[in-house]
Amino acid sequence: MGAAVVPWWGVAWRQYRLERRMFWRNPSAAFFGVVLPLGLLAIFGAVFAGRDEDLDVIVPGIAGMSVMSATFTSLAYNLTTLRERGILKRLRGTPLPTSAYLAGLAGNAVANAVAQVAIVLVVGHVLLGVSWPGDWLALGVFVVVGVVCFALLGIAFSHAIPNPESAPAYVNAVFLPQILIAGVFYDAEDAPNIIHDIAQALPLTHLVDGLSGAIVDNEGLSRHWVALLVLAWWAAIGLVLAVRGFSWEARRER
Amino acid sequence: MMEAMTSGVPAIEVRGLTKAYGAHQAVRGVDFTVARGEVFGLLGPNGAGKTTTVEVLEGYRARDTGTVSVLGYDPGNRSAQLRSRVGIVLQSCGTYPHLTVAETVEHFAALYPAPREVGEVLALAGLEECAGRRARTLSGGQARRLDFALALVGDPELIFLDEPTTGFDPGARRAAWDVIRALRDLGKTVVLTTHYLDEAQTLADRVAILQGGRILAEGPPDALGASRYRVAWRAADGTAEERFTDDPTSLLAELTAEALARGERLEELSVTRPSLEDVYLELTELAA
Repeated sequence: MGAAVVPWWGVAWRQYRLERRMFWRNPSAAFFGVVLPLGLLAIFGAVFAGRDEDLDVIVPGIAGMSVMSATFTSLAYNLTTLRERGILKRLRGTPLPTSAYLAGLAGNAVANAVAQVAIVLVVGHVLLGVSWPGDWLALGVFVVVGVVCFALLGIAFSHAIPNPESAPAYVNAVFLPQILIAGVFYDAEDAPNIIHDIAQALPLTHLVDGLSGAIVDNEGLSRHWVALLVLAWWAAIGLVLAVRGFSWEARRER
Repeated sequence: MMEAMTSGVPAIEVRGLTKAYGAHQAVRGVDFTVARGEVFGLLGPNGAGKTTTVEVLEGYRARDTGTVSVLGYDPGNRSAQLRSRVGIVLQSCGTYPHLTVAETVEHFAALYPAPREVGEVLALAGLEECAGRRARTLSGGQARRLDFALALVGDPELIFLDEPTTGFDPGARRAAWDVIRALRDLGKTVVLTTHYLDEAQTLADRVAILQGGRILAEGPPDALGASRYRVAWRAADGTAEERFTDDPTSLLAELTAEALARGERLEELSVTRPSLEDVYLELTELAA
């Protein structure tokens, strides 16, 4: 047969490069991915200037939010758009292996998440005087688990969104309440009981909690195994729903 | 080598194909064969089952019953080898809006083991002037050319075109027809669905007329219904007369002999073979 199929890694790498290029060319993606977390950090940094306790909440909080927006928000939105525009169906008709395609998409989400967390940490340290993370291993573990969990949930959520026009509304209906109650902007322990209890069921709360432990409190992974467990639980739900509901074709066609 | 191994096999062979969506039986037992290098037209009104049939052949839909062979493969297995030898132009299908035309074609070229050169594909599809433009700025006709370019870039042996000119203005249709003729000249096998009779008549070597999920007639467009000739004339009292026959020679001899005996002329005498349109309308109205 000779070279009847293009090598997997080459295809996945090209897809990744393409996703990167499109990210920078899409003004709204670049804005929400880079400008928004930095802007929030700057605003809250100014508001909380000098109040180290609050700054120590804000930096891991916005890092966690960035992981969610780089994965959940962008995958839910992009996959809906790709599906409804018929781009997924077009790709389905080429020899592109599904796994290589998804690897390229995932690689892009990981690159965004890592870059944003790094930017938040550097800005937090240089401008706001927050110390460097105390536990790099725990930081790495939580970023990876957070990326996997929210990427799967984002793919799963795209199945529920009927068209690209309504995607921002659907995504924000999940994203905004979660960043408000999950302790991104204040210490979740200070919230009223009812909000605290709801927040405990949500994955972002536990991601922020784990990142906070790694960046600020230097507590190590052992103190945060519950958080890892909750994230793994959500990742498992995300995986099942992501695979089950996946459609290569636009809703309007079926 | 692949060519030699499979060149004796028809490009497509379909036997007893059926496909239902829930209670709706979209395809009800379809048989046809497409030879290599042939342009085959699937003609029929909307909802006749054309797209379902083609999407089974493309590997998008699982069939209910019947056997289907595409370049010797079962498309239901979705093998990468088969997909690298087939090009598909879907009915409505987007591209990445933020990429340029040339970038899009380059990206898709890299998915195939032996792609055509990007510049050559742009020229073939008539996109050279748009090469540097972002896909989202293209007109409908230009976007369709990009669809063609992406279907051609892998240098496929077989190309599916699902209603490639629906919604086009006449100029854009002519341009698309030129591309399809160029594909035939390259020796490609083309399967074309259309509800435009002139498109099938102009482009297809053979057509199958599909209605209600069944094939009503099949053959070269000029030969479909060729056994029935229409003989028309104006009688002496001015009324228009027509007769249909399998044997125009003897009918004409009869008519002219009678006319001469009466000392009349057969004004406006004509003998025509029915057009594809006549056959199509007759068949689809009978079946409806």
